[in-house]
Amino acid sequence: MNRPKTMTRSRFAEGAVEWLIRASAFSAIVGLFLIFIFIGKEALPILTSPDVRKEANISKLFLPQDQAHPYSWQPVSEIPKYSILPLFVGTLKMTLVAVLFAIPLALGAALFTSEFSPGWLKEFIKPIIELLAGIPSVVLGFFALMVMASYVQELFGIVYRLNAINAGIALGLAVIPIVYTVADDALTSVPKSYREASMAMGASPWQTAWRVVFPAALPGILAACVLGFGRAIGETMIVLMASGNAAIMSWNLAKPARSLSATIAAELGEVVVGSAHYHVLFFIGISLFIFTFVLNMFAHWFVARLQKKVLGTI
Amino acid sequence: MIGIFFVALTALCCLIIVALVAVILGDIAWFGWGSLNLQFLLTAPQQGMTEGGIFPAIFGTVFLVLLMTIAVIPLGVMTAIYLHEYAPRKSMVIRWIRLAIENLAGVPAIVFGLFGLGFFIEFVGRGIDRIFLDGQLAFGQPAIIWAALTLALLTLPTVVVATEEALRAIPVSHREVAYSLGATRLQMVRRVVLPQAVGGILTGGILAVSRGAGEVAPILFTGAAYFLPYLPNKLNDQFMELGYHIYVLATQSPDVEKTKPILYSTVFVLLVLTFALNFTAIWIRSRIRRRLRAEK
Amino acid sequence: MKANAIIKSVAILISMGLIVGAVQAADKTITIKGSDTMVILGQRWAEEYMKAHPGVVIQVTGGGSGTGISALINGSTDIAEASRPMKPAEKALVKEKHGKDVEEIAVALDGLAIYVHQSNTLKTITLAQARAIYIGQMTRWEELGVKLAQIIAYGRENNSGTYAYFKEHVLGNQDFAPEVLSLPGTAAVINAISKDKNAIGYGGIAYGKGIRALKVSKDVNGPAVAPTMANVLNGSYPISRELYFYTAGKPEGEEKNFIAWILGPHGQKLCEQVGYYPLKKAGKAAKKKA
Repeated sequence: MNRPKTMTRSRFAEGAVEWLIRASAFSAIVGLFLIFIFIGKEALPILTSPDVRKEANISKLFLPQDQAHPYSWQPVSEIPKYSILPLFVGTLKMTLVAVLFAIPLALGAALFTSEFSPGWLKEFIKPIIELLAGIPSVVLGFFALMVMASYVQELFGIVYRLNAINAGIALGLAVIPIVYTVADDALTSVPKSYREASMAMGASPWQTAWRVVFPAALPGILAACVLGFGRAIGETMIVLMASGNAAIMSWNLAKPARSLSATIAAELGEVVVGSAHYHVLFFIGISLFIFTFVLNMFAHWFVARLQKKVLGTI
Repeated sequence: MIGIFFVALTALCCLIIVALVAVILGDIAWFGWGSLNLQFLLTAPQQGMTEGGIFPAIFGTVFLVLLMTIAVIPLGVMTAIYLHEYAPRKSMVIRWIRLAIENLAGVPAIVFGLFGLGFFIEFVGRGIDRIFLDGQLAFGQPAIIWAALTLALLTLPTVVVATEEALRAIPVSHREVAYSLGATRLQMVRRVVLPQAVGGILTGGILAVSRGAGEVAPILFTGAAYFLPYLPNKLNDQFMELGYHIYVLATQSPDVEKTKPILYSTVFVLLVLTFALNFTAIWIRSRIRRRLRAEK
Repeated sequence: MKANAIIKSVAILISMGLIVGAVQAADKTITIKGSDTMVILGQRWAEEYMKAHPGVVIQVTGGGSGTGISALINGSTDIAEASRPMKPAEKALVKEKHGKDVEEIAVALDGLAIYVHQSNTLKTITLAQARAIYIGQMTRWEELGVKLAQIIAYGRENNSGTYAYFKEHVLGNQDFAPEVLSLPGTAAVINAISKDKNAIGYGGIAYGKGIRALKVSKDVNGPAVAPTMANVLNGSYPISRELYFYTAGKPEGEEKNFIAWILGPHGQKLCEQVGYYPLKKAGKAAKKKA
């Protein structure tokens, strides 16, 4: 054990470890960047490669083609057709159902647990909602496919057993925990003084919650809704199993729907690397990435506003 | 009066959610429990998955999340340490990193799958094959290592957030004492911060594992196999996985009636696994939070 | 210290994995990839062959016929299993990438059945009727004389050989109607039909409660034939298909032995065990499809 040597050695090791810590801190940024680059790279030939553009280009993806089937997704065909509008419609349709189903329930539940419920009840409800968050999406998809679909069909009297409503409700189950958690955080972050002041002026608990706490937490609640929306748009296994996957151009919720994400999941395993179909699927992927990215930025902005509002007024 | 009605309405929301959870779990437990036994857990699928058990899927899942953990824990913990112990408060760097982590958490799982294929398999894997193996195909194809790394990126935010929460729970005074005794920053982190943050790191790791064990979309193209006659034993093997096995059983079996009990039991096993992990994490976290509250 | 130890062990693990992987990759194993219809069949073959020939390792994975074919093109499998013939363009890609011609080997027969809900009164269907349903010209059960409302047509995802076969041989290569629900596997189709009295669907011969396979006739005057083994073997059932192995270049060495064994009596006998049919005997003239 001679002292100077260990000193230099340890100093060297320390420098290395510190360097490693600094480097790995950027892993999330690097990760996001790589995702963008490597998915974007595979999507790019749709704009640049003449070979690919012959089969699939932006106008074929978005504009009406022939008279009989102006928008059709038939990638495996004599003449492959890559109109992604039916997939957009399908995705939005199911997301809409999910959001309409999940957001009222989740916000109601968040209001109840943060404002009205006794502590023990909250301690009971919160873990149950976390339990719901822990259910893997493939299990929700399985449940929607095997069990729920028949009940939904009967309840709404729908001709199609697998349809946008069924898939949307199952998606909603995945969205509820996200909206609930973020909204609950937002509501509980509103300072106690707000509530006390409101009650002191004679407001009822409901008036306090609805007129005072809810507006104060509004940015956070908006963030919750946006995050829930983002989750619903990108979720894959549930819609793959429960939606019927028919690429139709119809806003009818009782009809089946094919989502962008499920299309990638169903078809990517099959395509030849480098074919037009392959690049179109990556194009869908980068679109999903950009959507959710923008939604996340919105959510982030809302949360920042909430923090400013709440902290600024204490 | 109207107020009471609305309060009741919010209570009803809770009730509906709780009821939905109960129905789902009840259905799965009711039908899944029946054909569950040790034999089922320890044997491989037989006769085209209409008989036998799910051992390879359990093994594959464990192997997969183990590899994922090895990758994500050091990365996530070091990121959290940097954010909380190294970077200057409220600096631009911190804001960017946090923003990236938030965004990463919101990227759809299927996009990670695309990324795994485009980056790990086609770029890194093919690159390794070209440079080290003379183009012989070993890593440029779906493999457990690529699936694990894809999942590691997906679960990175979980680990960072949980670790940071634990770091925040450590009183500033502890750090000051360490510095006053002449410790360097790394020594302080190693001797004071890390030991106290073990709980948080554990929570993050467990939550990541539970998330990783259930995600199917990212592994669809990066390594999951429909059926394998052997257990994966090296990094470039494909693997069977519980979540993917559920998908396969639910959609592809040649005999629907015979598969149904197996399917339900597989779902049940996956749920028990993820819930056990989640509850452990929640329990550890609530202990940390209680300590945090006590310190304040 | 702790961090160091963790980092070290990670580095060691990864490099170990790389070394092990590289060494193992040098070992000659036969990989088979492709059709989910065939994965069980391929698996049974591999299992029995490995039993008889210790030392040979054969790994079988599924994913779909397209998956297997693209793996062959990308060079990530030795044998591609496919439940549809490879397209000329795909063969050209293999030639372009590997400089070898694709070798096609028929290894078994499969019958494709058309299913309805068991309560459906329809007993037989012609290929023309099936086509009309799946391209969207026929949408009501009344048109087939059945007292039900709308026809709900179920099909397979477009990455499956079943989809491609049905499209080519029943739809005459026309596109499926967009309203056809596409499900990721035969089980999903069977399951959906069993719970939907308005449903019709197609898939490999499979088992399930609540569904019934229709007798199929080639044209209006032709006899309606049930999808049974005898009918598939004598060629009277109109929608049966060959299942294929594809290799890049002529199979050599162990691969060649394996394929010879499959086509021999042992291998062909196994087909029946897992729900497929052995290839027609050489004596009976194979019915060529246009």
